[in-house]
Order: sequence, then structure tokens, then C-alpha cells
Amino acid sequence: MNDLTPDREDRVAKLKGLGCSRKRVEDARFTQGKGNYVDDIKLPGMLHGDFVRSPYAHARVVSIDASAALALDGVVAVLTAKDLEPLGLHWMPTLAGDKQMVLADGKVLFQGQEVAYVVARDRYVAADAVELVEVEYEELEVIVDPFKALQSDVVLREDIAGETSGAHGERRHPNHIFLWEEGDKSATEQVIDSADVVAEEMIYYHRTHPCPLETCGCVASMDKVNGKLTLYGTFQAPHVVRTVASLLSGIEEHNIRVVSPDIGGGFGNKVGVYPGYVCSIVASIVTGKPVKWVEDRMENLMATAFARDYWMKGRISATKDGKITALEAKVTADHGAFDACADPTKFPAGFFHICTGSYDIPVAYVGVDGVYTNKAPGGVAYRCSFRVTEAAYFIERMIELLAIELGMDAAELRRINFIREDQFPYQSALGWEYDSGDYHTAWDKALAAVDYDGLRAEQATRLEAFKRGETRKLMGIGLSFFTEIVGAGPVKNCDILGMGMFDSCEIRIHPTGSAIARLGTISQGQGHATTFAQILASEIGIPADSITIEEGDTDTAPYGLGTYGSRSTPVAGAATALAGRKIRAKAQMIAAYLLEVHDNDVEFDVDRFVVKGAPERFKTMAEIAYAAYNQAIPGVEPGLEAVSYYDPPNMTYPFGAYICVMDVDVDTGEVHIRQVYALDDCGTRINPMVIEGQVHGGLTEAYAIAMAQEIAYDDMGNCKTATLMDFFWPTAWETPHYTTDHTETPSPHHPIGAKGVGESPNVGGVPAFSNAVHDALRPLGLRQLHMPHDHWRIWKAANDLGLHG
Amino acid sequence: MSKKMQITLTVNGEAHDILAEPRELLIYVLRERLNITGPHVGCETSHCGACTVTLNGKSVKSCTMFAAQADGAEITTIEGLGSPDSRHALQEAFKEHHGLQCGFCTPGMITRAAKLLEENPNPTEEDVRFGMAGNLCRCTGYQNIVKSVLAAASDINTAKEAAQ
Repeated sequence: MNDLTPDREDRVAKLKGLGCSRKRVEDARFTQGKGNYVDDIKLPGMLHGDFVRSPYAHARVVSIDASAALALDGVVAVLTAKDLEPLGLHWMPTLAGDKQMVLADGKVLFQGQEVAYVVARDRYVAADAVELVEVEYEELEVIVDPFKALQSDVVLREDIAGETSGAHGERRHPNHIFLWEEGDKSATEQVIDSADVVAEEMIYYHRTHPCPLETCGCVASMDKVNGKLTLYGTFQAPHVVRTVASLLSGIEEHNIRVVSPDIGGGFGNKVGVYPGYVCSIVASIVTGKPVKWVEDRMENLMATAFARDYWMKGRISATKDGKITALEAKVTADHGAFDACADPTKFPAGFFHICTGSYDIPVAYVGVDGVYTNKAPGGVAYRCSFRVTEAAYFIERMIELLAIELGMDAAELRRINFIREDQFPYQSALGWEYDSGDYHTAWDKALAAVDYDGLRAEQATRLEAFKRGETRKLMGIGLSFFTEIVGAGPVKNCDILGMGMFDSCEIRIHPTGSAIARLGTISQGQGHATTFAQILASEIGIPADSITIEEGDTDTAPYGLGTYGSRSTPVAGAATALAGRKIRAKAQMIAAYLLEVHDNDVEFDVDRFVVKGAPERFKTMAEIAYAAYNQAIPGVEPGLEAVSYYDPPNMTYPFGAYICVMDVDVDTGEVHIRQVYALDDCGTRINPMVIEGQVHGGLTEAYAIAMAQEIAYDDMGNCKTATLMDFFWPTAWETPHYTTDHTETPSPHHPIGAKGVGESPNVGGVPAFSNAVHDALRPLGLRQLHMPHDHWRIWKAANDLGLHG
Repeated sequence: MSKKMQITLTVNGEAHDILAEPRELLIYVLRERLNITGPHVGCETSHCGACTVTLNGKSVKSCTMFAAQADGAEITTIEGLGSPDSRHALQEAFKEHHGLQCGFCTPGMITRAAKLLEENPNPTEEDVRFGMAGNLCRCTGYQNIVKSVLAAASDINTAKEAAQ
């Protein structure tokens, strides 16, 4: 029957399935300049859009005169809110239950806000026309401080001024958006107020920006002959964009095709819907021609979704011997001009209530106040699950502060409070069920790897030398142990605009034994075309090299909620495995028929079904695939295809231990990072090479955020960091070297045990870098220094501590 | 708008006569007029290097140079390095060592690295980190880019030795 039976190990290796560092299939294109990004798309007759933007952070728009612009050769149209109003498109709903101006309707609320949309023959003409649009403004008082916003008589959002409740409950002030609470407030207060030891601090996680290398953009193409709208764009959630586009435009959903081509990084920036998309669609409908809009870097940094901007007032209590008894977080969240956070609908503060972290804390309370200010809207998860990096930073700072109060080593304090392995699944005080973990093993491995005791001894020696005046450099050891919550999520409580956060995979096995699989997610550099094929290879026994993975075209891919919040592997990865199992189940019936035995008498073996107890009798998956198409098999439909929509029963909870060692020069504020060690446990590891790459990238973003990267405003609401000159983006020169490590604790509820990893390094990395700075200056009295820790701020902290004599 | 100019560019060995406005940037002419879309626009302020090309033997950020300034120049873009059948050592090394993720910086990164290795065939890690500091990557954290460039240097040198 089948004469060649290669060694089982060889057959496994040939699949390039789970666990192997398969080289990426995407790279041949990308390394040869054959990527296809949105700005590479060129359609016949295509026009170009560009925005007139507000120079003011808060102003009334008195008049807009576009006559000079319209008179310019090559200008086709200038759209203002007045033009969009009859269509009901001058405002649009946000993902957070608020609404947002598409084009300025009477006033502007942040610098860089979209005021008018120019459509022209090419980019140069469009830019000329933008200059020719005359807008008269009347300046209004600007509020950039969320605390002042809640005290001020200045009403930012006049459109909802009289409304005492919003999408997330009561509003107690015209500039207040919501108060969102979780946990037991009175019990928490009671424990903390009567505790032996309490640490209390305001911790600010500053405003920053995902800033992918490719900015946001789209090409809208309305075909008036057949009534179809095609929208190409930098969308992290193309299917949701299609649904939103249909709801906004009234075009039936089957007549809209959304395509996410190659995406040049997303990091949360490309989840939401921006005015540029809406205006481009309208412009294409009006002109009957394709319209491209691609923002420039300044527009990206000034007007598209920022991240963080959380003021977190914390209290943590413990017994004298260091057992944590309660945690309280009262957060003031600056959402900017519109509440355009990209969170699951029922969670206006995302999953911030994972802030009890990796610790067994009996009682806790979180209250988050959302506030309007004259800043850009957003609040997206910049390479983290929703508000998880804020939560991780908060708890990892609070632990350090508690260690100071207790006079205890911060590594030991963590160890004695970790959730123990035998406590999983663990119910947190704030309502989460942690799926699996082995924190003590990971922590011990990390501390041993860096020789923690040796480092502490060296640090003490250095401090003595500093005190003797022999050195001006202090040494800091930054500890971080984080637990993430990713893979949103269960449809019962996770949705975006009403769409449940399931995800999907559809597989077609071709007659000759190769396959194509399509998913509801979309890669932005994560390597889905490589890694999802690996999952499938192990499930169905077809080599990964013979499986094409396709995403991002809503006409062909099954509906899914997209890629962000580390949800691709936990949700779409699970759908892929389960769709693969459906294929396998049918293949088993076909194999049994071909081998003339009962279904239960064959079993799957790597790339084939074998007769139990007679491994020499088998049918390979390629043979089975062929039979599925060329034989009439009683009781079995022809073909070999499957689709799976996966609704996860729970989130997944990756964790890790990160340690950063740095020297801090107290006279210049400069730091030298000596070592960054990152141990990740993301459950089952699909492709170690890709995991390591994700960790390197996330750590570099964490390094940038902690050390210098911010979106800053002056009192007039001018964005001071709108170019790459001012917005810190590390180069190869200053980026530190990383050492990666892992433990592997599979998720018990995920079909292959995988948890997701892309965002862990940002979540765990920020506290590691920040805690290292704090740790260096801690022995000299530093308690809390707000990020980013740029040279000036460190110098100033040292100066404030009296270290400059 | 001012009068268009006649410009001649030799890109990847092929000569092009172009009619362009004096204000048109080189990256715009490459991408929009010649459909050479390997080099990308990331910042338009010379910071990110996604638009890097080699112009008359030097690495140049084509987003901050007028096409008119390049009149008569020899330009190499990523499309001119290697071919599908015979990839450049850097293209192989970036794949082998996972030196890219989203791919948006990659054309500029590899174009710059190719020039760097011509200037310095035996770079240290420090040389690579310094010599590539004009090219930003948001995904990789650079570690695997550095590894890729060092590996390519070694591969190129080995091939040269074998050829001698």
C-alpha cells in the first residue's frame, strides 16, 4: 500500500508545526520591497484627501471660507461639517459609547482636530489647498489638566452639557465622563485604615502614543455602477470597520468590502475609526472616484489615538511581616476631547482591575473617573491588553513602595505574596479568574539567572563608594513581576459596539493535500502567516509550508474582531485549532472507509491515520484529501473544509519576571542600562523565534515609554511632541541588549494551551525600567518619580534629593 | 506651482526621464511617478530612514531631498538589491535571523545596511548599532537586525574568500 514510512521524528519535523522556530513566510516579500501597504495602492483616477486642522486646542469656529481653495486648479472638493450634516456624518459614534466630531461642528476641542477635508488631484495640490482654506476661530479657555477640568466652569462638551448620565452611568460634572468601580470599597477602606503598614502614593502613567512606523490611512473606492464600496486601510479590525461603515453610511454590509493590506505596525493605534476614513468614504461617494488619505507623522502624533494618561492614587496595606491585606486604586483618567477609548464596551477602564497583579490580595477596590480635557482623544491599548499596562505599573510601583514602608527586600515581598500554584484557578478580589500560573518557579529562575543576591551586594558596595565620594553613579535593580489578562474575550461580557469578541478560522484542504486557512484577525508584523500555519500543521498533519494563511479581506475571511489586546493566539489561534480538529474528524471517517475498518479503529499519527495496532496500514492526509474530492464515500459529503467560531470561556493570563540593572549618573541624569532579563510564560510556545522577536520589540517600546517617550502639552494645549525630533523613539544605538528566558505553564482552557505574548514585554517592561531608576535613588530618599525618566527629570530628582551639593 | 523640470534618474540600472515640479521630493517621484514602492514614507523629517536609498554611492533619505537635486544621479533602492532567484546576503540574513516583523522599515534598513557593509565589511556590533542609527524600527528592538547585519557581513566575506 504505502511503501515508504519515514521515521516519526522526521515526519514531525517536516510539518514545521507547534514549537519549532519556523522562518517567516512573510519575509521574502518584505525583504525585497514587495510589501503591499495602503500607501502603495494606486487606483485609476484616484484623488487625494488632506485635512485642515485646528491650530487651537479650544476655540469656536466662526467661519470657514473655502473659495480660494476651490478655485485652485486640481481641487475637486472641500468638505466641512455642514456638508456632512445632511448625511448625519458630521459626528460619529466612538467605540466607548461616546460620539466624536468627524469635522469641527461649531467648535474645536483639541489641537490638530479635523476642521475641513480637501480633495484634490494629488498630494501637493491638496496640501496647497489646505493652506488656502480660511478658518476664523474665537479662542476659548483651554483645560489640559483633568483635575482642573472637574473643578472648572468651562464646559468642553457643549453637545452633552445638560446630560447627567452617559454610556457608563452618572456624570457628576459637565467635564466628567464616568465613574467606573469594581471591588468592595468599604471593606477595602476598613482594612487599610486599620492596617499595621500602609503605603500611599499618586502614581502617574503619562500620556504616550503607539506611533507605528506606518501612519494611518485608507483608500475608499465607491463603484457607483454596482453600488459597491471597497475600503482599503490600516485596520486592526477590518470586519468591525465594515460593520461600522455600513451602519454609518447606510450601505448594506454585503456591498462593502474592507481590506487590510500589509500593515506597518499597529500597537493599538489602528483599532479605532478616524475622521479620515469617514471623509474619504464620503468624498469617494460624492466624486465617484477612489480617494486616498494617508496622514503624515505630525497628524499621527497629534490627532490619532494616544495611550495611558492615568493618574492613579493608590493605597496598599500589609501586616508587619509583609502579608498584603488590601489594595485601593482611585484613578483619574484623562480621555481628551472625546471618549474614544478602544475597550470592550462594558469596560470603560478596560481591564484595569487586573491591578491586584500576581498577588493574593484578599480585598480590593478600584474607582476610575473618566474626564474630558482639550487633548486628542484615544486611550488605546498601546501594545497591551486594555489598560493592563497601567495596572501592572501601578501594582509594581505600589509593591516597591510597600517594601520601603516595611523595610523589606522587594523581591522577598513579592515572593511571600504571590498567588501559589495550588491556588489556580484563582479568583481575584476584583472578579477575575486567573487560569494558570507558577509564579514562584518563574521568580526563582529569574533571580538566579541575574544573581540577584550578588547584584544587591554590588549595589550596597557602590552606595558606600558613592557616600565616600568615590563615584557619582548609583546602581539600580528594577524588579517586575506581571500578570497579564489577554484574549478578549468571552462573548457573555466582551463586545465591541455589540459585536461579541469571538474569532474565527475557515480551512479548505485542496485535493492535492495543500490548504488555505482564513482568519478574522490581521497581522501587523506578528507573523500570523507563519505561526497559524504551524498550529494547523500540528492539528491536521499537513506541512506548514503547504498551508496559506490569509487575513484582512472581509469578502473572503470569516468574521472576527481583529488583532489587538494579544487576542489573536488566545482566540483566533483556538479557532484555528478547533477548525483543524473538525477537518481531522472528517478525515478520520474517510481514512476508515479507505482502509475498510470502523472509524474508531483508526487513529491520527502526525501526518496520517493508521489502523490501531497495525501502523503499516495507513492513509496520509494527502491521500485522504484526494479521496475527499474524487470518491463517493457513503454518508460523507464531498470536500474537506471546516469553519470554527471560537468564543473563549475565559481570558488567558500570561505572566513573567523582568529584571533591569542600570547605572544612574546623578550629575547628568544619564542612565546606562547594563542588563535586561525577561522571563516570559505565555503557555504553550508556538514559535520560539517569533516569541523572542515579540519580546525584544515590546521591551524596546517599554524602554522608550519609561525613559523618555511622551505626548506632552503646554498650558495652551499645544502638543509639544508631534515630530520624531521631540517624540522619543529609540535607535539601535541606545536600545539595550536583551536576554530572554521562559517557563511554560499552559492555559488549561485553550485548545493548545497558548496564552499570547506580544504585549507582555510592554506590560512587564515599563515597571522594570522605572523601578530600576527608583531603586538607584531609593537609598537616598526617593519614593516616587513620575515617568518618563529622561535625563532632565532624573537630574532634577537627584537635585531635589540634595545630591548636587 | 512652478513650471515642471526635466529630470533624469537612473534607478536600479534603468534610466528614466521625468517631468516633475521642482518641489517634488525624491521619495514622491520614486513612489508615485516610477511606482518604485519599496522605499516608504515614515516621517518626512529625516528621522526614521524608511525612505533610505543609495544615491551616487551614499545612503540618502529620499524624503528630504528634491528629485531635482538628484538629476543625473544613480540610485539604488531595495528593488535593486538581489532578485527573487538570487537574494542579497542581507535579504537572506534578515529572514534567517528574524530581523523584521511588520516589514515597513525593512527596505530602508536593508538598503542602509548594504551601504554600511560596503563602507565597513567587518563591522563590530557597536559599528552596526551606530551605523544603522538613522533607521528606526518599531517592532524588533534592533537586536535581531544587528544580528542579521553581522551575519550577512560574515556571509559576504566568506563568499568573497571562496571566490578568490
